[in-house]
Amino acid sequence: MTKYRINKTRFVDQTKTVSFTFDGKKYHGFEGDTLASALLSNGIHLIGRSFKYHRPRGIMSCGSEEPNAICQINDNTDLTEPNVRATEIELYEGLKASSQNCWPSLNFDIGGINNLISPFLPAGFYYKTFMWPKSFWKKIYEPLIRLSAGLGKSPTQPDPDIYDHKHVHCDVLVIGGGISGIVSAKIAAKNNLKTILIEDKNILGGSTIYQNNKNFIIDNQKSNEWLMNEISELEKLDNLIIKTRTSLAAFHSYNYLLAKENISDHLPLDKKNGSIRQRLWKIRADKVIIAAGAIERPLIFNNNDRPGIILANSVKKYLDFYGVSTGLNNIIFTNNDSAYETAVSLFEKGISVKIVDIRKKSSSNIVKNAVDLGIKIYWNSTVVNTFGYKKIKSIEIMNLSEDGSNVTGNKHKIQCDCLSISGGWTPMVHMHTQSGGKLDFREIDQVFVPSEKSENHINVGSCNGDFELEEIVKNTNNKVKKFLNINEGGFDKISVLCSKETEKKNIWLLPNTISESKTKSFIDFQNDSTAKDIKLALREGFKSIEHVKRYTTTGMATDQGKLSNMHALGIIADTAGVKMGTLGTTTFRPPFTPLTFGAIVGRSVGKFFDIVRKTSIHEWHVQNNAKFENVGQWKRPWYYPINNENLHEAVQRESKAARDSAGILDASTLGKIDIQGSDASEFLNRVYTNAWSKLGIGKCRYGLMLNEDGMVYDDGVTTRLGENHYLMTTTTGGAANVLSKLEDYLQTEWPDLDVYLTSVTDHYSTASICGPNSKKILKKLFPNKDFSDEAFPHMSYQNAIIDKIECRIMRISFTGELSYEINIESKYGKSLWENCIAAGEEYKITPYGTETMHLLRAEKGFIIVGQDTDGTMTPIDLQMDWIVSKKKYDFIGKRSLYRSDTMREDRKQLVGLLTDDPNEILEEGAQIVSELEKKPVEMIGHVTSSYFSPNLNKSIALAVVKGGKKMNGQKLFVPMENKNINVTVSDFIFLDKENKRINA
Amino acid sequence: MFVINCPYCGERDQSEFSCGGEAHIVRPKQPTELSDDEWAEYLFMRKNIKGVQFERWNHAHGCRKWFNMVRDTSNDKIYAVYKMGEKPPVI
Repeated sequence: MTKYRINKTRFVDQTKTVSFTFDGKKYHGFEGDTLASALLSNGIHLIGRSFKYHRPRGIMSCGSEEPNAICQINDNTDLTEPNVRATEIELYEGLKASSQNCWPSLNFDIGGINNLISPFLPAGFYYKTFMWPKSFWKKIYEPLIRLSAGLGKSPTQPDPDIYDHKHVHCDVLVIGGGISGIVSAKIAAKNNLKTILIEDKNILGGSTIYQNNKNFIIDNQKSNEWLMNEISELEKLDNLIIKTRTSLAAFHSYNYLLAKENISDHLPLDKKNGSIRQRLWKIRADKVIIAAGAIERPLIFNNNDRPGIILANSVKKYLDFYGVSTGLNNIIFTNNDSAYETAVSLFEKGISVKIVDIRKKSSSNIVKNAVDLGIKIYWNSTVVNTFGYKKIKSIEIMNLSEDGSNVTGNKHKIQCDCLSISGGWTPMVHMHTQSGGKLDFREIDQVFVPSEKSENHINVGSCNGDFELEEIVKNTNNKVKKFLNINEGGFDKISVLCSKETEKKNIWLLPNTISESKTKSFIDFQNDSTAKDIKLALREGFKSIEHVKRYTTTGMATDQGKLSNMHALGIIADTAGVKMGTLGTTTFRPPFTPLTFGAIVGRSVGKFFDIVRKTSIHEWHVQNNAKFENVGQWKRPWYYPINNENLHEAVQRESKAARDSAGILDASTLGKIDIQGSDASEFLNRVYTNAWSKLGIGKCRYGLMLNEDGMVYDDGVTTRLGENHYLMTTTTGGAANVLSKLEDYLQTEWPDLDVYLTSVTDHYSTASICGPNSKKILKKLFPNKDFSDEAFPHMSYQNAIIDKIECRIMRISFTGELSYEINIESKYGKSLWENCIAAGEEYKITPYGTETMHLLRAEKGFIIVGQDTDGTMTPIDLQMDWIVSKKKYDFIGKRSLYRSDTMREDRKQLVGLLTDDPNEILEEGAQIVSELEKKPVEMIGHVTSSYFSPNLNKSIALAVVKGGKKMNGQKLFVPMENKNINVTVSDFIFLDKENKRINA
Repeated sequence: MFVINCPYCGERDQSEFSCGGEAHIVRPKQPTELSDDEWAEYLFMRKNIKGVQFERWNHAHGCRKWFNMVRDTSNDKIYAVYKMGEKPPVI
């Protein structure tokens, strides 16, 4: 055993040695240790440097509230993890930890100079200093701040670990496995309620499990022994799930909670591989019992941050749970009785201990116990200073004045190697407030306690402000019975003996002889904010606690102010002369402790991040070297490069081929909605701008759909398959939204219509063949079919059979060329496509992607909803008046087309743009101006689509320009970073205005 | 995340639903008869209450049915769920 491992306990297996490194040096601990307890057993207190002043800092607590002892795990590797609390990470074989925020080393840190110049680094230093001159910001201030910002180092590689999510429902969720949680879970589970008990530590029992003091007796046993028996009883219950190493992260409305389970973080390296690292539990509980416990408060005095200054109950836990002494010459500095348990325990292990108490006396059993043992107590005293740079060596104490506002008498110096501090207890009300609960302030011991009104959750134990063992057990029993509507609690006749505290005293900021400006009384240890920072903020006019918090950064570190918030509030209240209860608290937001991104994301990484939709022809595209573009969740062929062609070269080739001979496009992704019912025609009349009643069976029609505000929402061709049967196509990206919008109108506005909608997007694959030779290819594919213009005219459809499989052929065109679309059941899509390619081989049929499709339709001036429109374009703006029925009484959006605003003549309207230099290609999104000299330059529109057309051998663009309809022939400018491009407004149909090619 | 009792499917997590805004705004039968102001009132004006609000919800990732719900927007307490076309309850 090492010098500081002085005690054998049942919680640490001292037969199983575990080796680890800290800052490169090898040490030993035991199975059951945390990194913190193992370091302390090796006499190591100095763990890191503080954020702002780079002061040496040591382990201060034993749990998630730890502000100082945060480490880098696996430093200098790609997968390093920063800001891990040494008090929470369980020791495993091969653990590599390093200190943070120090350079070149922990023992000699250059940043420590900040400590010497600290008078110049007050609250708001950055806000005040980096204001001027403005030119300094980018080159000097920002790099400087970035250098000193942040704690630890981020990993540089993607996280290789596996994370998991689990959804569970239960009758009762108990948060916290301390004595009150155990009592609650037992009552619930014994009464046939499906119960889950979660505890963030590796074993149940909270602080009672190592209490081991004759002043605390339950049913004639020491409290820890009684609890040990209860736990073994608990483990036998069938309908209780106990989850240790599981911490609650968030408590949302309707009892929806998130908890993070550590599954392999504590395992040796060789056992971690392949295991899930953490699991996020998503729990929906009928009832929630919060038994989250309380966190011990520090005391605020000058130089209260040295390594070796540790919370008193943590000192006791290291001693009685881990068997480690935090020092051999202890002083306890307290304002309450609970620290006396630590004193008694230290004394019983033969460790020197003295007590400094700010109270004048206390007459409780535990204090009497300490007095009887002969422990020296300095009543009515306070620590005014501490000494020792890297480890505490001594303290100075003075007497308090009558009212506690000042110090009197002489300074008295006492040597020590550990100072245990206790400022009382703060109930963990985080979960309660996260769920929407309010707080009440209890004056007697200066704590915020839950104000309980919810029917869905209760708080029990010390998180409810019950600090004494007897009230914890008895109140928990009674509250849980009432909450769960149970007659027998199981603890109704229990007898509890415990020490009871009667004298209470609290001073948020302990007085000193020297002026405040010369003291460093830390409140937020991690962010280095001190009492004087808070007072400065108040002097500078900050009043709201939320503002003071942000200005001084108190409570904003990775520990989220678990130790600091109450003192900040207390000092603000004292300084401003208001009552703490009226001041309120800052907001407690989830997560309670930091969550890994991995746990939040779970399995939704890599290829599981989002759904990928592929057409049935996808494999062929891959084999033929297609580059893909994401359209919604779809993967669509973008272009098919041959021999190292770039995008431009491939698109020029594909576009030319489609107009000169034949091209083929996979159009399967277009949304398809099957519409049936006796009112189908009437329905289409209402949702599209044009008329549908007279569309013959077997005919196709293009439709434009508006929002009720008159703006273009979607477009596509709809085919009448039968008297009461239509097939609507939508844009690829709009399919789901269109269906949902149509359903909305059917279900809510027009429930009288007999119409049924079914999404059939995935049911059919579509090959679209266009170009002057397309008819010849179709003839080869369907030799028995008459493809003459009379028998099969443009905008019509026919059923056909290929390889014994039925399909639909629509003669429709989005390119302006003679064009056919063949729809076939998806499973035959690839086979159909291969047939088309084979039949088209003699015409050099060229597969083309979305980019070429966009170019071809732009040559014809066809819009793409979402590219040439942006939710502010009416059909009139798009110069598509021809599709808006004047005769129909109503359709969605019709009335809006007559609003004064939509009728303005200076709205942005669709135009064509030709660059004066036909080789100059405009950038999509570029702004358009009419006058370059007038300042400020007025932007009158922007480019929406722009291409170099190989068929016209010049650059073409579509744009929206204010009042553009009347600007044909007008010269405009497109100003770019380095030049102004001269353009002329033109007709937006660049090719084949007479529509001759459609019947070529 | 709250739980919604879909009138067709029963209790489901909120993530299966999408909210369609204020309920009981009837699309005018004769829009062409309306003045710009009257049409704008239908088109744009919503109450956006902090407190009890009547809302349209859609079980988008479930039965796809629209229905109405009475919810306190300040604390997400749900007072009633009822089908389209049914009379709104008195809260």
